[in-house]
Amino acid sequence: MEEITYLEAIRQALWEEMDQDERVFLLGEDIGAYGGAFKITKGFLEKFGEERVIDTPLAESGFVGAAIGAALMGMRPVVEMQFADFISCAFDQIVNMAAKHHYRLREPVPMVIRAPYGGRLHAGPFHSQCPEAWFVHSPGLKVVAPSTPYDAKGLLKASIRDPNPVIYCEHKYLYRHAKGEVPSGEYVLPLGEAEVKRQGSDITLITYGAMVQQGLEAADQMSAQGIEVELVDLRTLYPLDTETILASVKKTGKTLIVHEAPQVCGIGAEIAAVIAQEAFRHLDAPVMRLTAPHTPVPFSSPLEDFYLPNAAKIASKLKDLASY
Amino acid sequence: MSVGTEDLLKFYYYLLLTRGLEDRVAKLYRQGRILGGCYVGSGEEAISVGSACALESRDVIAPSHRDLGAHLVKGVQPKEYMAQYLGRRTGLTRGKDGNVHFGDLSRHIIGFISPMADGIPVAAGAALAFKIRREPRIAVAYFGDGASSRGDFHEGLNLAAVLTLPIVFICHNNQYAYSVPLSRQMAVPHVADRAKAYGFPTRIIDGNDVLAVYEATREAAVRARSGGGPTFIECETMRMRGHAEHDDASYVPRELLEEWRRKDPIQRFERTLREREVPEESMRAVQVRVLKEIEDAVDFAEKSPLPDAHEALEGVFAT
Repeated sequence: MEEITYLEAIRQALWEEMDQDERVFLLGEDIGAYGGAFKITKGFLEKFGEERVIDTPLAESGFVGAAIGAALMGMRPVVEMQFADFISCAFDQIVNMAAKHHYRLREPVPMVIRAPYGGRLHAGPFHSQCPEAWFVHSPGLKVVAPSTPYDAKGLLKASIRDPNPVIYCEHKYLYRHAKGEVPSGEYVLPLGEAEVKRQGSDITLITYGAMVQQGLEAADQMSAQGIEVELVDLRTLYPLDTETILASVKKTGKTLIVHEAPQVCGIGAEIAAVIAQEAFRHLDAPVMRLTAPHTPVPFSSPLEDFYLPNAAKIASKLKDLASY
Repeated sequence: MSVGTEDLLKFYYYLLLTRGLEDRVAKLYRQGRILGGCYVGSGEEAISVGSACALESRDVIAPSHRDLGAHLVKGVQPKEYMAQYLGRRTGLTRGKDGNVHFGDLSRHIIGFISPMADGIPVAAGAALAFKIRREPRIAVAYFGDGASSRGDFHEGLNLAAVLTLPIVFICHNNQYAYSVPLSRQMAVPHVADRAKAYGFPTRIIDGNDVLAVYEATREAAVRARSGGGPTFIECETMRMRGHAEHDDASYVPRELLEEWRRKDPIQRFERTLREREVPEESMRAVQVRVLKEIEDAVDFAEKSPLPDAHEALEGVFAT
C-alpha cells in the first residue's frame, strides 16, 4: 500500500478511467495545458490529447450542457468546475436537463461534475462554499463527498461508471492535507454506502468531507475522557445510507451531526428528521447539529475560523451531549 | 439541387400532418380533453419539416416547442404524440411529462425541456461526441428568437464555434417571445446579428418556404459533416397563434397576422406543387392519409391507459 494525497487519489482515478475507457473525457476551464487550477489534470493533455482533455470557454452552463449532450450520445464526460462556487452558473442545466432526463425519457445521463468545495483556505465567499445540499434536494442526482484518499479514488471511479449524473464534491482543503494508503491495484467503492470510520458506544458523530478529520481528532480527545464516539462518514450524500446511520444511532442513543455547509435545510436537517422518525425510542438526547452559521463564508482568518466547525468545537458539543 | 416529386410529396405529408395534429390538439384543448397547456407551431411548419428532411437518419436533433414537424420526420408517430398530450402511459414520457416535452434517442431526438435555449449546449455536446468519435453525424439545435436572449444560446454557439463542432443552429424568428416583440428582445434587427459575433456563417432565410429551409439546411449539413463547423440559419416567420392556446395574442397587431396569413407555408407549398405539376390525386391521397392518421391517433390516445399512480416513483435513476 502506497501513501498518497487526496489530490493524487483523484488524479489517479481520472487517469485510470480515461486509460481504460475511451468514452471518458474531460471538460473544464484551464484543465489542458495549465493542468487545472489545482493541478489535478497535470499531464493529461500530453497523455490523452486535446480531444479528450478539453479546455472550454469560461461558460459553465455551456460546458455542462455539452457534457449532458455527449453523455446522451454514450460518452462519459467528467466536468471540472474550477471551484464548486461556480456550479451555480450551471444550475439550470444540472437540475433541469441532467437530473430530470432519465425520469422523463428513460435514457441514462452518465456524467460526473467534479466540484472542488469547502473552506479553511481563506478564499472568501466565492471560493469556499459547500453547495452539496442544493443537489441532494434535486431528484435525479447522486452526490458524493469523500473524506480520504482511499474513498476519493474508489468513489470517483464508481461515479464515472455510474449511469447517472453525479456531483462529486472534492474538498479543497483535503487536496494536500489528507494523506492515506491506497492499494496499487484496481478497486471501486459503491456509491450510497457510509462507513463507520471509528467505532464507539457512547455518541454517534455523523459527518463527511473535511469534517471527518476534525471529528476523528475530537473523538480522540473524548476517548481520553472515557467517552467513546462512533464516527459515521457518509461518503455519499445521495442516496443517503440511512441503514448505517440508524444502526449507529440505535447503538449509542446520542447523535451529533457536523457539516461545514450552513445549517438551515442542510444535510443535517434531513438526517435529524430521519433519526427522529425512525429511531425516536432509541434516543437518549436531542439530535444535535454543529454547522456553519447562516452567513456567506467570510474571508479574514478570525471570521473564517469562527465560521467553520473544527475539532475543538466538535469536542465541546460532544461533551454537552455526553453530559445530557 | 432538384427535389423530385416523391420528396415534394414527403414534405407535403409532413407539413399537413404537423398542421393537422396541432389543430386537432388545439381543438381537444378547447374541449377540455387534454391535460395541461397546448403549444403549437401553426404557420412555422416549414422550418422544422424542411430542415429535418435535409438530415441523415442518424443525425441528432434537439427540437424546441414549435418543432413537431421535425419530430415526425424523425419517426415520432402521431399516436405517441396524442398519447403524450393526454398523459397516457403510451405517450413518449409515459405520463411523466406533458405536451411537447419529449424526445427519443433511438430516433435521434434529444428531449426538449422548458427553460429556453437549454437544448443548444446539449446539442453542441452531441456534436462534440460525434467529433471525438469521428462519426459522420451532425446535430441540429432548434430554438426561437426569445431563446437567443438567454446565456445558454450564447454559451452554446460560442462553444460550438471554438471547437468547430458539426452542428447547425436553426432559429424560428417568429417575432414574439410570449408577449414581448422582437424589438424588446434585442436592439439589433436580426437574431443572426447576435450569432455573427461567434465567427461562423449566418444566413437569414424565408422560414415559410419549405424548399428554402431544406436547401439552406442541406448546405449547412454538408459543411458541418465535412468538418467546416457550425452554421446559423435564421428562419423568418410569424407566430400565428398565442404563445400557448390559453393566450389569445391580443397584443399582436391584427394587420401583422393578416400579412403573414397570406404567406402561409402550406398554401404556398400547394401552389408550388401545382406549378411543378404534382398530380392533384397524389396531393389528395396525402390529405386523406393525414386525416386518417390523425383520427387514428386520437382514438389510440383516448383508448390508452393512464399510468398507475405508483409509477410516479419509478425511473428517477438509471440502473
